[in-house]
Amino acid sequence: MNNRVRTAWLFLAPMLVLMGVVAVWPLLRSVWFAFTETNINNLEASRFIGLENFVGPYGLFFNPNYTDGFWASDWGTAIRNTFQFAFVSVILETLAGLGVAMLLNQEFKGRTLVRTAVLVPWAIPTIVSAKMWGWMLHDQFGVVNQLLLDWGLIADKIAWTADAGTAMWSVVLVDVWKTTPFMALLILAALQTLPRDCYEAARVDGVHPLRVFWKVTLPLIRQPLLVAMVFRLLDALRVFDLIYVLTSNDSSTISMSGLVMREMVEAGNVGFGSAASTSLFLIIMLSAVVFLRATRVKLAEA
Amino acid sequence: MNQRPLLGSVALYAAAALVVCISVGPFLYMVLTSLKTGAALFDPAIWPKQATTANYTALFEGAQPFGRHLLNSVIVATVTVGGAMVLAVTASYALGRIRFKGKGLLMLTLLGVSMFPQVAVLSGMFELIQALGLFNRTLGLVVPYTIFTLPFTVWILTTFMRDLPGELEEAAIMDGCSPLRIIFQVFLPLLWPALVSTGLLAFIGAWNEFLFALTFIVEDDQRTVPVGISMIAGATAYEIPWGSIMAASVIVTLPLLGLVLVFQKKIVSGLTAGAVKG
Repeated sequence: MNNRVRTAWLFLAPMLVLMGVVAVWPLLRSVWFAFTETNINNLEASRFIGLENFVGPYGLFFNPNYTDGFWASDWGTAIRNTFQFAFVSVILETLAGLGVAMLLNQEFKGRTLVRTAVLVPWAIPTIVSAKMWGWMLHDQFGVVNQLLLDWGLIADKIAWTADAGTAMWSVVLVDVWKTTPFMALLILAALQTLPRDCYEAARVDGVHPLRVFWKVTLPLIRQPLLVAMVFRLLDALRVFDLIYVLTSNDSSTISMSGLVMREMVEAGNVGFGSAASTSLFLIIMLSAVVFLRATRVKLAEA
Repeated sequence: MNQRPLLGSVALYAAAALVVCISVGPFLYMVLTSLKTGAALFDPAIWPKQATTANYTALFEGAQPFGRHLLNSVIVATVTVGGAMVLAVTASYALGRIRFKGKGLLMLTLLGVSMFPQVAVLSGMFELIQALGLFNRTLGLVVPYTIFTLPFTVWILTTFMRDLPGELEEAAIMDGCSPLRIIFQVFLPLLWPALVSTGLLAFIGAWNEFLFALTFIVEDDQRTVPVGISMIAGATAYEIPWGSIMAASVIVTLPLLGLVLVFQKKIVSGLTAGAVKG
C-alpha cells in the first residue's frame, strides 16, 4: 500500500468508525429485534420468536387473520398509502419542477425575484408547512374553503384533511408545494449547462418549440432529471412527519414509517415494529434498485 | 431571446406572477394569521383589522417553554453540523483527491446511508441512546442526527474537493507539505464557500428533524422546536390555538428564510453539486 492510499484510509477512519457506531450497529440491532418479542419499557427482556413477527397469526405477511386480504390490513394499507403518495407526488413535483425550471430559464425582468420566491416553500420546515396548510385547509375557518366558496367552485365546505377521500390529496398537495422548488432548482441547473448553439440552430430552422423540448431538451437533461427523481422518490417513500402532523396518522393516510412509529413507540411493541421497519427498509431498497435499473441511471462514478 | 411575440410575453409574466403567488402566498397568510387573536382568527377577512403581537409574547410566557425549545434546536443543530464538518473535511479530501480501491462503492454507500429511511434504525438507536444514558437529553440527538448529517456533508464536500485545481496540490506536495497541511492551509481557504453552503444545508436538515426528536425526548424542557410546535395545545382538548401555532411557526421559519435568501447562490450550488456533477 503506498503512502497516499494509507493517508486516505487514515482520513476516512474516524468517519467510518462513527458511521459504524451510529448507523450500522443500530441497523443490525433493529433487524435482530425484528425476530424477538420486546417491549419498549424493557428492551433487555427480549425473547427470540423467530419469524413470528413476519408470518403467521401475529405477523405482517400471510396472516390468517387478514380475512379481507393483505391489502386491507394495517400494514398492507400503509404500504399502499406510501406508494400512492410517493408516485403521485414525485410525478407531480417533476412536472411542476420542469415547468418552473423552464420558466426560470427564460430571460425576463424580475427573474431573480421569481427565483428567490421559489425558494420560500423549500426553506419552510416540514412541520411548519404541515401546520400552516392544516390551518389553510381547516374545514370551518380555512382560507381554501372560503376562497372556493366565494368563487362558487364548491357548494359546501370540505374537511380536506379529515375526509378519507381527500386526506391523501391534501398530503400530496402540501408535499408538492414544498418540494417543487428542489426539483425546479436541480432541473434549472441542468438546463443551464445545455449548449446554446443547438437552440439557435433549431430556431433558425424554424423547428416548433415543443418539438425542440421533446427532441433536444428532454434527452439532454434526462440523467440529472432522473437523479433528482430518485432523490425525491427515496425521500417520499420514508415520509413520516408531514402525515403525522397534517392528518394525525389516520388510517387513510398512514405511511409505512408512520405505522412503525405507532406500533413501536406508541404501542410499545418493539419486536413487531422492528419487523415492520426491517420490511420497510428492504421494500425501499428494492424500489430504488428497480428504479435505477429500469432507468439505467448511475448515481456515482465507480 | 431577442424578440418575443406579445402574447408570449404576457403568458410568461402571468406564469411568473402565478409562481410567486403560490410560493409566497401561504407564508404571508401564516404571518397575517399570527397577528390575529380571539374571534378575529375565525373572521374570513384575510387582512387583520387589529394587528397584535399578543401571540408572540404569549409564546414566551405560556406554559410551554418555547424559548427553551428554540435554544435546544440551535444547540443540537450547531453541535451536529460542527462535528460533522470537522470529520468531513479530511474524509472528503481522501475521497475527492486520492485514488484508491473501493472508492466508488464507498461513495455509493454514503449516498445510500444519507437517503435511507431513518425508521429502519429506530429500535436499535433507542437501545443505543438508552445505553449511553442520553435518553431525554437534547444533546443526545446529536447521535441519531449524525446518521444523515455526516454522509451528506462528506458527499457534498467531496464534489467540491474534486473540482479544486490539481496544480495547487502538486506544488504543495513538491514543497513537502503533509496532507493535513494541504487540506488546512492550501485547500481550506478556497473551500470556504463550499463549507458555508454544505454547513447551511446540514443545519437546515438537523433543525427540521422530527422523527428522532419525537421518539427520544419525552420531557418538555428538552424538546426541540419542531416537536414543540406539533404539541402546542390549547386550554382544552377541543380548542386548537392556531394563533400561537402560527406565531411559533413564523419564528422558526424566519431565521431559515433569512439564511436561505442571503446565501441563495451558495445553497443552490450545494444542492446541485451532489446531483448534477455526481
